[in-house]
Amino acid sequence: MPLITYRKALNEAFSEELTRDDSVFLMGEEVAEYNGAYKVTEGLWERFGSKRVIDTPISEAAFLGLGVGAAMMGLRPVVELMFWSFAYVGFDQIINNAGCVRYMSGGLINVPMVIRGPANGGTSVGATHSHTPENLIANTPGLKVVCPATPYDAKGLMIASIRDNDTVCFMENTLLYGNTGEVPEGSYTIPLGVADIKREGTDVSFITYGRAVLTALEAAEILQADHGISAEVIDLRSIRPLDEEAILNSVAKTHRVLLIDENKPFCGVSAQIAATIAEKAFDELDAPILRVTALDAPAIYSMPLEKLQLPTLERIVNKALTLF
Amino acid sequence: MTTTTPDSKEVAQAPINLAFTSEQKIAALREMLRIRRFEQQALKFYNQGKMGGFLHLYIGQESVAVAAASLMNGHDEMITAYRDHGHALAVGMSMEECMAELFGKATGCSKGKGGSMHFFAPDKHYWGGHGIVAGQVPLGLGLAFALKYKNIPGCALCFLGDGAVNQGVVAESLNLASLWDLPIVFIIENNGYSMGTSLERSSAIADCLAERAAGFNMKWSVANGSHFYELRATLHTSMEEARTTLRPVLLEIKTYRYYGHSIADANHKKYRSAEEIEQYKEKHDPIPCWQHQLLEEKVLTESMLESIDRAAKEEAAASVIFAEASPWPEPESIFTDIYYEVDQASEAGRTGVHFFSDSL
Repeated sequence: MPLITYRKALNEAFSEELTRDDSVFLMGEEVAEYNGAYKVTEGLWERFGSKRVIDTPISEAAFLGLGVGAAMMGLRPVVELMFWSFAYVGFDQIINNAGCVRYMSGGLINVPMVIRGPANGGTSVGATHSHTPENLIANTPGLKVVCPATPYDAKGLMIASIRDNDTVCFMENTLLYGNTGEVPEGSYTIPLGVADIKREGTDVSFITYGRAVLTALEAAEILQADHGISAEVIDLRSIRPLDEEAILNSVAKTHRVLLIDENKPFCGVSAQIAATIAEKAFDELDAPILRVTALDAPAIYSMPLEKLQLPTLERIVNKALTLF
Repeated sequence: MTTTTPDSKEVAQAPINLAFTSEQKIAALREMLRIRRFEQQALKFYNQGKMGGFLHLYIGQESVAVAAASLMNGHDEMITAYRDHGHALAVGMSMEECMAELFGKATGCSKGKGGSMHFFAPDKHYWGGHGIVAGQVPLGLGLAFALKYKNIPGCALCFLGDGAVNQGVVAESLNLASLWDLPIVFIIENNGYSMGTSLERSSAIADCLAERAAGFNMKWSVANGSHFYELRATLHTSMEEARTTLRPVLLEIKTYRYYGHSIADANHKKYRSAEEIEQYKEKHDPIPCWQHQLLEEKVLTESMLESIDRAAKEEAAASVIFAEASPWPEPESIFTDIYYEVDQASEAGRTGVHFFSDSL
């Protein structure tokens, strides 16, 4: 299987879908002639032309809304946000229009759109460019949220998201774009709402998603090597729909759980999962449900300090040890 | 409103109006009367506590939606804001489904899930009905974008109020429409007030709102909402411009609403004078203006008028009976019409948990 980057995996997904379906088009700031601010859409404008790969002015609210309107009419827009942080100036279009129009029309309308871009901290760009809104978006019934960790998952989930008939908010990570992994050529899909066991284990469940999956996997190796603790790593891959079964099965197997993600803790994704486990698997637990999340402060600029804000190996290992 | 003169001969003789048959003229009057009688019934039952939420009445503005709908070619698409009852009826939605929606009933056009501000009929090229001021404007862009993308010879009619023009997304949308040559007619229904704040207190303009289009290299025009021929002629020119040249147009229609911003607007007689309201009713109400025009043309007789109005009143009253007799939505319906894939029970709708509360 070819070894390609996360960035290239996404690019292949777009290429496959632009070729397969004329109603798919890409739109966003610098996605066409500039080849993408993070080069995710590189080469697509040259190959598919200006009708299918479209540069927008810096007007997130207008082009997000345009995407919703075009999707209502049956097109399949894939709208890039240069950063998911910029979604905040277009929130009305995402939450009220993409998220609610199906319900308010009594099911007469659906919005088959993908809104995508990086949503991560850890790059020293300050608080306003470092938001992780997966919890905010997932709070709106009607929207779906996907956060892939690996190149293989990114491609399969992107193709599934473009083919999905609801709005999928696809959250990538600038720190993952250059990571490589084995990715099949051609088209394949990974269903939304299906978690992946990235590492089998017996003593503790790490429930995680996005880049935190990679940190969790490293932490699991340290726990095994230094402490003889076998950690299972569950990669949720999609936040909404959520694979609760995978979470509960793992908890039933290990009886200890550590939730690890780069989201903020207050009303964060981990808070929802903790509630789910408490409600549905309380009797399985041999220890409290614990979390390692981003530190609860705006993303700091200073390089060494920001590294401490995101879940570190040390924080994960130390927190895991307190479960025993 | 500065003019009380009737439609000029010139606009009445515009080709689009010459082609307007007597039957179509009567039909336009019927539509305006249907909208008014529908809303008067709605008001009555809203005041009786039969409806929730807000009720934004279109009374006084009926000519605008009716004129626009009378020009749609089967490919054109329409979208508006929350003052949406008139547009819904004008494109052919039934009084029954609309009234039932106001009552929150299962037979409502949105199954009781949308309410007054959220009427939709995609099969009639009507895309709502949107509650957030100016939120629908970029959706209108999307409709126009899709028409152009699919090579469909239509235009998007995107209505907004004078209170919407100062939302940032309107400026963004005007720019994109012009930049990308999108076939869209933005129609500002300027009724003089954004809720309780008059135009003068909310918008920095020299002469009119539509002239802002010049800053986006876009054609613009102003029409009087009391003059049906003028409205039709102006709308037609703009719609043809959009359809044939793929250039957007910004229209401003001077109109007026008798009632408050919504019926919950307790101050609607404080921010404007009783005289102002009365003067409008007497001299500018688009329905008497159009009636007068048609009587003059001898297209309409007093007895025809009476019979059309009676039918509209009866239809409105019947829609209330229908709505009251209709069932409430089933509690289970709370969890439908959220995700298309779940509703369809498709493969994509069956993986993972989509809803996180207890079911009923």
